[in-house]
Amino acid sequence: MDFNFTEEQVMLREAFAQFAKEEIAPYAAKWDEEDYVPMEIVPKLGEMGIMGVFVPEQYGGVGLGHVERCIALEEVARYSAGLAMMVFTHHLGLAAILDYGTEEQKQKWLPGMCDGSCVCGLAVTEPGGGSDVAGLKTVAELEGDTWTINGRKCFITNSHCAGVTVVTCRTGEDEKGRPLMSTIAIEAGTEGFKPGREENKMGLKGSYTGELIMDNVKVPVSNTVGEPGKGMAITMKELGEVGRASMAAIELGILRACLEDAVAFAKERVLYGKPLSKLQAIQFNIAEIRCDYEASRLMLYNAAAMKDAGKVGAEFSMAKYFTSEAAVRSARRLIEIMGGYGFVNEYPAGRYLRDAIGCVPSCGTSEIQKMIVAGETLKKF
Amino acid sequence: MHSPRRSHHLFMNILVLVKPVPDPEREKDIKVDVASGRLIREGIPMVIDPESRNALEAALQLAEKSGREQSAVAVLAMAPEQARDKLTEALAMGADEAYMLSDRAFGGADTFATSYTLAQAVRKIEDEKGFVFDLVLAGTSSSDGGTSHVAVQTAEWLGRTHISNVCSLDVNDGVVRAVKRSEEVMLSFEGEEPAVIGVTRDINRPRFVTAMGIIKARKRPLTLWSADDLEIDTMRTGLVGSPTRPGRMFEPEQKRAGETIGDTPEEAAAGILRIIRKAGL
Ligand SMILES: Cc1cc2nc3c(=O)[nH]c(=O)nc-3n(C[C@H](O)[C@H](O)[C@H](O)COP(=O)(O)OP(=O)(O)OC[C@H]3O[C@@H](n4cnc5c(N)ncnc54)[C@H](O)[C@@H]3O)c2cc1C
Repeated sequence: MDFNFTEEQVMLREAFAQFAKEEIAPYAAKWDEEDYVPMEIVPKLGEMGIMGVFVPEQYGGVGLGHVERCIALEEVARYSAGLAMMVFTHHLGLAAILDYGTEEQKQKWLPGMCDGSCVCGLAVTEPGGGSDVAGLKTVAELEGDTWTINGRKCFITNSHCAGVTVVTCRTGEDEKGRPLMSTIAIEAGTEGFKPGREENKMGLKGSYTGELIMDNVKVPVSNTVGEPGKGMAITMKELGEVGRASMAAIELGILRACLEDAVAFAKERVLYGKPLSKLQAIQFNIAEIRCDYEASRLMLYNAAAMKDAGKVGAEFSMAKYFTSEAAVRSARRLIEIMGGYGFVNEYPAGRYLRDAIGCVPSCGTSEIQKMIVAGETLKKF
Repeated sequence: MHSPRRSHHLFMNILVLVKPVPDPEREKDIKVDVASGRLIREGIPMVIDPESRNALEAALQLAEKSGREQSAVAVLAMAPEQARDKLTEALAMGADEAYMLSDRAFGGADTFATSYTLAQAVRKIEDEKGFVFDLVLAGTSSSDGGTSHVAVQTAEWLGRTHISNVCSLDVNDGVVRAVKRSEEVMLSFEGEEPAVIGVTRDINRPRFVTAMGIIKARKRPLTLWSADDLEIDTMRTGLVGSPTRPGRMFEPEQKRAGETIGDTPEEAAAGILRIIRKAGL
């Protein structure tokens, strides 16, 4: 048993890191400051293989797994967690189509999603509360072979740029009166389907987060992703196995940024005539960040390897919970290490903290993760 | 072996000399062992030398221009076997095949022994393939050695035209046009294939290694040769074959001292200007 990446995974990481250093790092602060979504980088992400890294080659992807997908997200998030949000949600919607879509849907949408000409999204959350998925109110009614969809989604990543969005809708009730859901793909430009308000976020800039409004949207029944009525299970599986993995990978990227910046600053800054890194209090802070990074790394990649091997339980929820809290702690520690410099926007430490805080609710809050972990734990032990 | 030159061919066969080096971005971590005069590189990750990367990019561009399907780009490195993944990386960037020379008998080579070994390998590859490479491309000067010797010396062993410090390169109908940057002027050269060209970093911006490239590299051949595989006189390779004896090695002591220039902004500006002028910048 060993926890090392294969030679090929190491090479992949280096390739993505090089790309991120040249194409993302120089602009990340500007995207944050100007709240700018860099759509021009998406085709390049496609060319690098990041948009479709886990999609089989027959649909235009690279044909690798979820470990490699998480490597890509970590490297992107190392410099821009905001941009990584765009990529992760794209993977999330795409995964629903890949895992549950028809052959026709895959042929139609996946090649463009892999080469970066079409961004994907997944819309679940509604103003009535993201944690209460069963309570969502967007309704789709089937007449003949056409769905008519009405409702409103909020906090949706890629709301203003997705070419295809997979939308979780209420489509009926079972015999006990419990809601039945279906996941339905809606293409941008479909009549009655439009983005609403774009949120003015405190962090994770570099990606759109906003509303989606569905006003008598008509889509063919052939746009149903997976079996009608199974939408809840599909949504939960993709959120649980692709979404939470992605969030943990993005938080891991933030953690590594905190670690690298803390070490660089502590070595460079001279206080009392010697580098800050000679002070034990600073060293202890760095040790804490390192431990948080390493623990998060092991939890995430272990879960991702389990998923690639075909079996993963609550491991992604554990990784998401631990890693998101660790990223917030570490960003705070970095700011402390840097003193006043940590608080000024000339340095990215403040951005790391804002981004880390934004990651906590995305794909389920810490409370929700703990509920999932506890649920599994009480059954298992 | 020199096959008759194929005139008016469209496609190209190019060999790129690729050197794995300790990551130049980690230069400050490289220490000198004063007693033995050797560099301590342990723990410093290896990368493809930046200029070698430019040479490979130039080769790929020429191959693409002349018909990528029929053209071939091979890479050759003399390096310890641990650096094998750097050749896989060159394959992932787009090279069609890779050759690696690894043997204790090659260790500690200076540029004379290195170029001799490389030239013998070039001959062997050409013998096996039954053609002469139209071009051999290399970086002009590597980030760790920096002698600017190897490309030129390899060309001399092979008896081929050579041009170094090339910042722009084109080939048409067997004629090589290269622009070389010297300190004051740009110089244009024309030469005939087969030629050996040493490029500089400003010739192009190397492409990224992509995930698809890494997958494709799985199927591309990487040949490992030891001294026994080459027709080679091991008295002329490695440390024994190296006439160069490096002088005393030491780590320069870097000292910085602060200096206050003037009490007002005007005085400070004038003072700084004086220093710049004095330095001849
Ligand atoms: C940057 C960003 C991007 C996002 N992108 C998307 C997207 O692409 N698609 C999408 O569908 N959604 C997206 N979301 C929404 C996200 O999934 C929700 O914010 C999340 O599910 C929480 O829902 P809520 O915000 O409505 O909070 P609520 O559900 O209202 O929760 C409020 C509080 O109550 C707590 N709480 C809720 N239920 C319980 C319980 N049972 N026990 C204890 N505590 C509980 C929560 O932990 C939280 O502290 C995004 C959110 C963010 C911040």
